[in-house]
Amino acid sequence: MKLHEYQAKRIFAQYGIPIPRGEVATSPTQARDIAQRLGKPVVIKAQVLVGGRGKAGGIKLARTPDEAEEKADAILGMNLKGFTVRRVLVDEASDIRRELYLGLVIDRARARVVMMASAAGGVDIEEVAATQPEAIKTVVIEPALGLRSYQAIGLASAIGLPQEHFRMFQQIAQGLYEAFIRCDAELAEINPLVVQGDGTLLALDGKMVLDDNALFRHPDLEEMRDLDEEAPAETEARINGLSYVKLDGEIGCMVNGAGLAMATMDIVKHYGGAPANFLDIGGGARAEKVAAALRIILSDPNVKAVLFNIFGGITRCDEVARGILAALEQVPTKVPMVTRLVGTNEEEGRAILAEAHLITARTLAEAAQKAVAAARGELPAEVVR
Amino acid sequence: MSILVDKNTRLVVQGLTGREGMFHAAQMIEYGTTIVAGVTPGKGGQEVLGVPIFNTVAEARAATGCNASIIYVPARFAPDAILEAADAGLELIVCITEGIPVLDMIAVRAHLERLPTRLIGPNCPGVITPGEAKVGIMPGRIHKPGPVGLVSRSGTLTYEAVAALSEMGIGQSTVVGIGGDPIIGSRFVDILALFQQDPATKAIVLIGEIGGNDEELAAVYIREHVTKPVVAFIAGQTAPPGKRMGHAGAIISGGKGTAADKIKALEAVGVPVAHHPGEIAELVAQRL
Repeated sequence: MKLHEYQAKRIFAQYGIPIPRGEVATSPTQARDIAQRLGKPVVIKAQVLVGGRGKAGGIKLARTPDEAEEKADAILGMNLKGFTVRRVLVDEASDIRRELYLGLVIDRARARVVMMASAAGGVDIEEVAATQPEAIKTVVIEPALGLRSYQAIGLASAIGLPQEHFRMFQQIAQGLYEAFIRCDAELAEINPLVVQGDGTLLALDGKMVLDDNALFRHPDLEEMRDLDEEAPAETEARINGLSYVKLDGEIGCMVNGAGLAMATMDIVKHYGGAPANFLDIGGGARAEKVAAALRIILSDPNVKAVLFNIFGGITRCDEVARGILAALEQVPTKVPMVTRLVGTNEEEGRAILAEAHLITARTLAEAAQKAVAAARGELPAEVVR
Repeated sequence: MSILVDKNTRLVVQGLTGREGMFHAAQMIEYGTTIVAGVTPGKGGQEVLGVPIFNTVAEARAATGCNASIIYVPARFAPDAILEAADAGLELIVCITEGIPVLDMIAVRAHLERLPTRLIGPNCPGVITPGEAKVGIMPGRIHKPGPVGLVSRSGTLTYEAVAALSEMGIGQSTVVGIGGDPIIGSRFVDILALFQQDPATKAIVLIGEIGGNDEELAAVYIREHVTKPVVAFIAGQTAPPGKRMGHAGAIISGGKGTAADKIKALEAVGVPVAHHPGEIAELVAQRL
């Protein structure tokens, strides 16, 4: 789960990381009031969960409360890469002398959390990694030991930070690590971390991605989820325990298992179609879950055919078959359905589906070809519901 | 011969008294796996499916001589279950559980690095040596004994490949699902090393997917250490960047971990990559 900048920075502040004074506004007049209270020039920042907000016009400087109102009016409601801006953060403008990067990520190959720092802050760190990897310094953190002070100071020194800033850098680095661990994050970034004219360091921007699998122990963080930033179908999928990602094609896919679901999308493409979605109904899927999955798939108006591909291991084919029937009763549709059920209890599953007159297939290749044909209206009408 | 599990595997099931645990334990017993114990704290002394239940893995080991564990406990308890089995001195732990927090797995991995125990998973379908032992949730009957070692990050996609191999009359030495999480106990290179040493394995199938760079590391390992023919498949060519595709580990982030990169790395070391799962068995048949 991604957090907004203002949410991430509030968490950072709880762990002793200095952040600019600022507040969130949902209207231009609120932005004006905040600017008035701050009594300094402010930066108006769109709060949407996409990168590159500055380049897209979502971040603007305002010298006066009047200007703050005007700039907030321009940003609120604007569309940033498909997301409507509903909130802006009004932060006190700072006196930037240097921009650094500081971040924590999960290094899969090392199976450790690593901290990365760079003197090239304020730009996309992935771009830095690609163009000048030597500018990024890394330390590997042992889980039982945490981030040690020598590691933080080592990073500060390695990126050429003047010595007078070491203590403050260390405090921020250790605060960030603490926030990362306590919140079960999979990414935490301060970009840029700025050195100001008065010699202090400040987290100007913040980014945090939390581990969805750990949210069960963070009900307070779960409450920060912004449903406006999630497609309604993705929200319904999440609530029903399904993995769903909307794509642009015309063939709805319902598959058990993430790898097979991806392979199903790939083979649809291979045979000239385009997948409308990724959907994994997971292990041990029951009828209600399958029904919810079908509702979600059919809520996409682009879907011209649905392909069910079930290989039963933990999932039992008879349960899935019953789920498909229950779903079809709940969601009457004329969209053609191609089903392929193999594995645990496949005979029972096929017997249940035989009564429903669905298009059936034995192999994945056959199922994909039939789904592509069905989406084009090339399959005989009698098998189409 | 085979790798990881065989007729001598004496299995303890952690979470045997739960719904999934019981269902799959029954299927494993039916397949012929020797299950000697179950562990559920607070239920010691009971018997389920004719198997004695113990409160701890250490007690189960002392009483039954179990040497491997399979874990079906919920995600919030699974890290402890893994550590318990490792500290009890078991050689092999297979963790089926999906949804373990990644920081928990980092701590578990760090501890296991100091112990001789091998962990498979989590978030995996398990390990099967056809005709000998099934330690997992895969449908046993699609497998048959034979010369192909298969290692995969996926569950059902593996069944797909196995079924196609078996239908062509090509059996498997051992099939290993290493799991779809970002932090797992054993990676492609670990299992490739075992298959390379196993005299019963004559060819290897590697099934990868988007996310991370384990396939790229596997390609380097294959070039330097694997003399047996390897065939691969990579899922997720149509996956969009930045979106998690079901598996916690299946995400293209910062332009890294794409299917195209992995396919390129494998093809560069002479490993043919199937265009779709149905092609895997054909590519293997040409190389046996």
